[in-house]
Order: sequence, then structure tokens, then C-alpha cells
Amino acid sequence: MIQTLFGSTEVKPTFLDRMKEAVTRTRESLGERIDEIASWNKQIDRNTLDELEATLLASDLGSATTGQVLGNLREKADHKQIGNVGELKRLLKEELLAILKSAERPAKRVEGPEVILVVGVNGTGKTTTIGKLAHTLRAQGKTVLLAAADTFRAAAIEQLEVWGDRTGAEVIKTKPGGDPSAVLFDALQAASARKTDYVIVDTAGRLHTKTNLMSELEKMTRTAQRVVPGAPHEVLLVMDATTGQNGLQQARLFTQSAGVTGIVLTKLDGTAKGGVVVAISRELGLPVRYVGVGEKQGDLLPFNAQDFVDSLFA
Amino acid sequence: MFENLQDKLQRAFKNLRGQGTLTEENIGEALRELRLALLEADVNFKVVKELIDHIREKALGQEVMTALSPADQVVKIVRDELVAILGKDTAKLKFGTPPTVVLMAGLQGSGKTTTSGKLASWLKKGGHRPLLVSVDVYRPAAREQLKVVAQAIGAAIYEGKVEEANTARGGSEALPPLTKEVERLAREARREAVNSGCDVLIVDTAGRLHIDDQLMEEMQSLKKLLNPQEILFVADAMTGQDAVNSADEFHKKLALTGVVLTKMDGDARGGAALSIRNVTGQPIKFIGVGEKYDALEPFHPDRIVGRILGMGDILSLIEKAEEKIDKKKSEDFAKKVLAGDGFSLDDFREQLRQVKKLGSLSSIVKMMPSVGPFAGMQKVADNFDDKELVRVEAIINSMTDHERGHHEVINGSRRKRIARGSGTSVQEVNQLLRQYAQMKKMFKSMGRGKLDRRFAGFKMPGM
Repeated sequence: MIQTLFGSTEVKPTFLDRMKEAVTRTRESLGERIDEIASWNKQIDRNTLDELEATLLASDLGSATTGQVLGNLREKADHKQIGNVGELKRLLKEELLAILKSAERPAKRVEGPEVILVVGVNGTGKTTTIGKLAHTLRAQGKTVLLAAADTFRAAAIEQLEVWGDRTGAEVIKTKPGGDPSAVLFDALQAASARKTDYVIVDTAGRLHTKTNLMSELEKMTRTAQRVVPGAPHEVLLVMDATTGQNGLQQARLFTQSAGVTGIVLTKLDGTAKGGVVVAISRELGLPVRYVGVGEKQGDLLPFNAQDFVDSLFA
Repeated sequence: MFENLQDKLQRAFKNLRGQGTLTEENIGEALRELRLALLEADVNFKVVKELIDHIREKALGQEVMTALSPADQVVKIVRDELVAILGKDTAKLKFGTPPTVVLMAGLQGSGKTTTSGKLASWLKKGGHRPLLVSVDVYRPAAREQLKVVAQAIGAAIYEGKVEEANTARGGSEALPPLTKEVERLAREARREAVNSGCDVLIVDTAGRLHIDDQLMEEMQSLKKLLNPQEILFVADAMTGQDAVNSADEFHKKLALTGVVLTKMDGDARGGAALSIRNVTGQPIKFIGVGEKYDALEPFHPDRIVGRILGMGDILSLIEKAEEKIDKKKSEDFAKKVLAGDGFSLDDFREQLRQVKKLGSLSSIVKMMPSVGPFAGMQKVADNFDDKELVRVEAIINSMTDHERGHHEVINGSRRKRIARGSGTSVQEVNQLLRQYAQMKKMFKSMGRGKLDRRFAGFKMPGM
């Protein structure tokens, strides 16, 4: 299982370090930071709740999730007689953490090639994520095969090939406009014959509202099952951290068609917080697996709920 | 999934009847609903607050009109307010002394390269001679992508030469920006535009984060070098709250001249449009509405207002429908179909005739909300070409009465006969039958109550 494999990688800057680095780059003024600390001992008033609400809304949690979280918080704060802002914030973090934790799922054990299908709307960073994932797996000495099943977008195959060269992963491809399921079929057969550890499948970006493109994904999962029983073992929905409330609908419809098992939240090195994943965890029970925090090949990290929640308030 | 804002407001106002004026108290709930609707649509929360305050001010003290329900009255104020922010008119592209330079800017994955291609195609149709160039030396195969796009639309491209292997991002080390290379490509492309008599140069740039100082500086030096007439910020319609941050920063550094909102063919409500317009003050000039290269349209502010509110332009659609459509016929139709009595090809033809009175199918669909019960209809309509309507009617005309009631009897030889009779091909007949089957299925699920009473009450005939 890919999650557990990350345990053996060499110790690099931690998720929190990277997040901090990213956050510093947002050039939050020092003044704001000091205000933050000063607020720690402030008494709770109407403004406090308004500010917390603003923080959650600004992070794209959405009004429904924000409302629920704050409702719970109010109840608990009353119950525990919370007196100052610092404690209230800690309680709020607990609340968010509980939502994210409840969506986490234990890793499955997989015999034979593990098939990872990567899906998402256009421009979220699927190909880049695949490149980084291949890099991580290769660094652990695993064999990886990349299936270039995005036969639609101009130069998508070439883009994946660059990543193949970089990471030493072979790319199985067809000509532009070819049948994605056929590429997948070939890749899985090759992987089974060669006993490759991982097959990562790149798919064309598609809006979740395009029925015919979504049924193409259904067909691909059926094809995968036929060649490798139990495949695809992971279906990763790549989502851009700048995505707003439409992210929920994306997760819902991609899960319907392709059986999404987890989210990769990309572009967290910008100023967007990606809070829609909290709403996704709450409503759909989908876990976040990885986060993308930069353009270098090592910039894909396993998701850490605690660090993520901390970053919402950083 | 989204309840129509108007319905919510209607409910919020149900106790208001008989009251003379709109007051702080009686519009409170309505404004709360409005706030939620705007937040769900991804309008930035600060912008929402401003808006709500402004709307409250405007609404307070207004007399409850007799002609409009209080809900309609507030909706009208809201719409007017949003349209005022977005600007009333469709913004045009500016041209200067040739070559006019259009610089594309934006975050990674917003759709700059695809939009560059679409823009070139749009300009070509308008009689211009665009030249494309990609100065994205960073993303693997980015320049290759624009080349393929240019070939597909038959537009000129300046390819230039770059040692991509040494430059592309994604290695193990962070690389310094290659501003010199980027500038060289841009300079060469402009010379090429002059030499080959192209009047517009479209410069596709690498996606960059607004907080990446080095790459933002590169953008500034490109601007200085090319002195572009247009700097278009390409933004994803699905963007959430962060839209204000990126748009603001890009605008501060580059003084944007316009915005292109991409991926509008999805079901995102597009509240980012309001946020971006609010922080930059620059008009949205185009929207991207599909993956094909002609799927770029000028932006109509009034249309997106309906979409953000989840209402579509349904008011004007209803008006139009009431004017043009035979009420009795459509009521009969709704009753019959929704009762589950089936939907024959005769009904199909009748609906086509009614709909033709309303104008083109795509124009009708555009007036509908893109969410809720209407989402399904848009999908069916997506597969429809307006010019086909005439031929579709011809095909149905060429069927026997029995065939129209029992499409399953139409076998291969009947299809051939129908195709001959209507001057079409068997493929087209097949296609029609497929589409018909799709619609039949859709109506069947509506009858089973998938569609709520709103639709039934709405009495839109068919499509």
C-alpha cells in the first residue's frame, strides 16, 4: 500500500516544515502574527466567533460545514465553560481534526501490481502528481509503470514521458486520440507479465458534468478489473487547493463513476487553504492521501491531518 | 441539490404578506438565505458581506410593491446590484498598432494554453491573423502542447528553440527562472509577427503562483518588453475564496486589462467572477465553455448573475415561453409525460415545433440554471446541434404513425427507408433514435418524482 511505503523514505523536511515555508511565502505580516499571539488570552465575545467563522469560510470549508463546526463548538464551549480564545481555538481544531480523522481508512494489502488510477477535472495537476508519485516510489526501489491514458489533451503523452525519463519509469502509450482503455489494458498486461510493483494511470482531465467522459472512466475501471482482479486498488481524485464549493460535487460524481478512494490536494504552496476537503471528508467520508506543495519532484507529501488543521489557522 | 434561491426567499417572506414596507426585521431571514447562496457560489466572504450590507440598505424602507411579491422584489434588488458590479455590457478586446500583443497570465492549470488557442481561433474567425507563441519553458511539454493546438486550429505559431531538457521544472532542485530565455522567445516572436504580417500576437506564459516573486518579476519584464494592449488573467470558474488573493496580486503587479473565466461548462456557480471583478475592477471578457477550440464566448454579465444565484435567466425564459407557447398543448404534454404515459416520437415532434418558436435550443438552455433539476436537460441539449432540428423533424415526418408510437419496431430496412425519405443518412436516423431513447428515459425518471414539483409547475414543454 502506498501510504505505508512512505514510512521508509529518507527523512526530509517534514510536512509542517514545508507548510511553514509555504506560509512564510504568503508574507503574512509580522504584525498579524503578534495580534494572533495577543488574542490567545482574550476573552471570547461575539467578534471571536465572527472571526473564526471568517477563517473557516476563507479556507473554503463552505457555509454548511462551517455552520455545523461552529454549532458544535458553541455547545462544547458552553458545556466546558471555555473562557479564553486560545482554548476555544484548540477546541475548534479538535473539531476539524475529528472530521478529517473519521474519513481515514486503513491500507489494503495488495498482491501483484498495485494499480493507481488518477482522475480529476482539467488543470488540477494530475500528470505532475503522477510524476512525483513515481519519483517517491522509485526512490524506494519499487518498479513503476506509467500508463499514458490521457490521449485527449495536446501533448499530455509527451508531458508524462518527460516524467518517465526523470524517474526511470517506463511509459506505456498509444497515439493521440487512441482508446484510453486500450492503453490501460496494455499497461496492466505488461505489468502483470513483468511483475511490476505499481502501475499509475494518467487520465484526461474531465469535468464531472460530462456524462460521456465519466462513463469512459467507468469503462476504464471495468477494464482494469478484467486484467488485474481487484484493480484499480487506489483511485486518486486530484483536486486543486484553490477549488471552492464545486469540489464537493467533483468528489461526489467522480466517486460515482470511478469509485474514488482518496484525494490528492495540489498547489498548497499558494495562498489557498484547500478547506473544501474538510467538507468532502464530512459529507462523503473520503480521506485525503497526499498534498502537493511545490513543483519539485519531492514536493508530494503524505497527508497529515494535524498539520493541515494547523495550517488553516497559520 | 441546490434549492432555488427564489423559493427560499419565497419561504422567508411567507409571513410578510400584508406588511407595508420592507424592514430590518422582515428581510433578515431573506438576507441570511442570500448570504448562504452567495457563499455556496464561492463569492468571497468579504465581498458577500459588502454586498449584503449594500442590499440591506437599498431594500430597507422600500414599499412592498403590489405587482411583485416581496421575494421577487428583493431578488430584483440583488440582481441589479450584482449586474452593477459586473458591468452591464459585454467588454471588447482592445487592439492597437499591429501587432497587438495579448499576454496571457494566471495560476497553474487555469487553462492558459487552451484559452490561447481558442482566442486565436476566435480572432481568425473575426478576420485577424493571430500568431501564437509559448514562453512557458518550465512545464514539461507545454510548448509542444501549444504547437499541437495551433496545428489543430490552423493558426500560425512561432516555435523558436529552447533546450527544454535543462529547463523544465520538476527536477530535484528548484531552478532559477529563465527570464533571459523567455524574453528572447518573446522578442523573436514579435519580430516574426511583424515579418509575417500577423496583426495579433498571443503570448502564452507559464502558470505561476502570485506569491512567486521571481516568476512575477519575469511577468513584469515581459510586460515591459512587449507593451501588450491586453493582459488577460485566466481564472478557473471553480476557484473558491482564494480568487481574490491571486487576482489582486496579479493585478497589482501587472495591471490586468481583463479576465477570462474558464471551465464554465461545468456546474460551478462561478462566484469567483464577482470576487475577481470586485478586486481588480477589470471586466470579464471571455468565458471558456468546452474543450473544443471554438468553445470561447464573450461574457454576458447578466447571465452569470442568474447562475451565481442558481436561478438561470429563468424569468425571461418563462416570459418568452408564455408568449410563444400553446398553453393547452404544453399542459397536456406535461400531464401525460409526468404521469408516466410515455413519450412518443409524435410528442417529440410536437415539442420540437414548440421549442423552435422560442429560438435556438442552445439559447434556451443558456437561460436555464445549470444546477438542480435542469442539469440533466443541459446534458441532453449538449449533444444537440441547432441546425439538426429541421432535419430531425424531417426524419420524424418520414416515419409512419405506427413507427412514431413504437420506435422499437424501426429496424434496419425501415431506417434505410426513413433516411431516404427525409434526405438524411441512416447514421442520422440512428442518432435521432438514440437521442429520443435518452429523452424518453429522462422523462420516465422525472415522472418517478426525481424532478420536483417546481418543474411540473413550470410547464416548460419538453426540452
